[in-house]
Amino acid sequence: MKLRALRAAFPHTVPVLTGFSFLGMAYGILMASKGYGVGWTFLMSLFVFAGSAQYMAITLLTAAFNPVYAFFLTLMINARHLFYGLSLLEKFREAGRFRPYLIFGLCDESFSILCSAEPPEGVDRNWFMFFITLLDHSYWVLASVAGGLLGSLLSFNTRGLDFVLTALFVVIFVSQWKSQKKHGPALIGVASSVACLLLFGPDRFIVPAMIAILAILLVFREKLQVAEVESLSVTETKTLPTETSSEEVVK
Amino acid sequence: MTLSPLETVLIVALMALATMTTRFLPFILFPADKETHPYVTYLGKVLPYAVIGLLVVYCLKGVDILAAPHGLPEALAIGVIVALQLWKGNSLVSIGAGTAVYMVLVQGILS
Repeated sequence: MKLRALRAAFPHTVPVLTGFSFLGMAYGILMASKGYGVGWTFLMSLFVFAGSAQYMAITLLTAAFNPVYAFFLTLMINARHLFYGLSLLEKFREAGRFRPYLIFGLCDESFSILCSAEPPEGVDRNWFMFFITLLDHSYWVLASVAGGLLGSLLSFNTRGLDFVLTALFVVIFVSQWKSQKKHGPALIGVASSVACLLLFGPDRFIVPAMIAILAILLVFREKLQVAEVESLSVTETKTLPTETSSEEVVK
Repeated sequence: MTLSPLETVLIVALMALATMTTRFLPFILFPADKETHPYVTYLGKVLPYAVIGLLVVYCLKGVDILAAPHGLPEALAIGVIVALQLWKGNSLVSIGAGTAVYMVLVQGILS
């Protein structure tokens, strides 16, 4: 049971293994270069387990001691995680004893896999989700520790390798796009983010983008809900005319 | 090491607390054993599609379209990924090929 779930989970995490090997090692090397031994890197990666916040923290660890600032800055950088929980309320509902760890380990990469990957027939969903989270978490911790230990010895040209995580998100975006007939929510996500990026700049666009996404999704919920019903009932041609008309009423 | 060990531990602990707040809060606000409001259930259904879009933009936030190479490596690599994924639908192939194309572009041709 466990082994089958691990085998089913592993292929989904290969892109994360590649991306984290690189980004985790780079993190360990940076921490070491600032005089923080591998023990600190290990603690940070194990308990914080949030890449962008950890990179940001390097600047905090090399400046004057300001714990309140560290807390709120991390809260801001990781605010997007609030949406991950909201999206996975249903999937985690029956997760039982796995639930706390699944939530603890809900990084960008685990979230994107969990919300798109389905376990194959006969594989327990909870073990499957657990192993995806555990594998991603382990890659990050091991890679950052490895970076701290032997980073400076490595010198092959890894420039551009971090793009693997962008590629992962793009692939998931395309798969989700193919699985749906209506693309309202996906388009709202991209358009709001791009608009806020242009308006607020790369360092502060996330929170406004989240607010914009929430507001637009809620305002147009009837239209978007209609779209969802439609995509579910494509086989029943009989219901289609009434739904088209109800959509026109909304317009 | 600029900070003392105690100060560093405190920073790590507070950062872990902040991260966990963002991850656990939805589950604390909407517990599993209680009926969730239809708005929240609705958001849970549509948000994943919007959030992955946000994540893609988040990854590309550092790209400067005005300066050389004008985001061309990113655009070409994403084009390859989208085409492969629509055509073959094999995630690992799409990701591997897209990343390879990107690395060749930024290390060589368009560097």
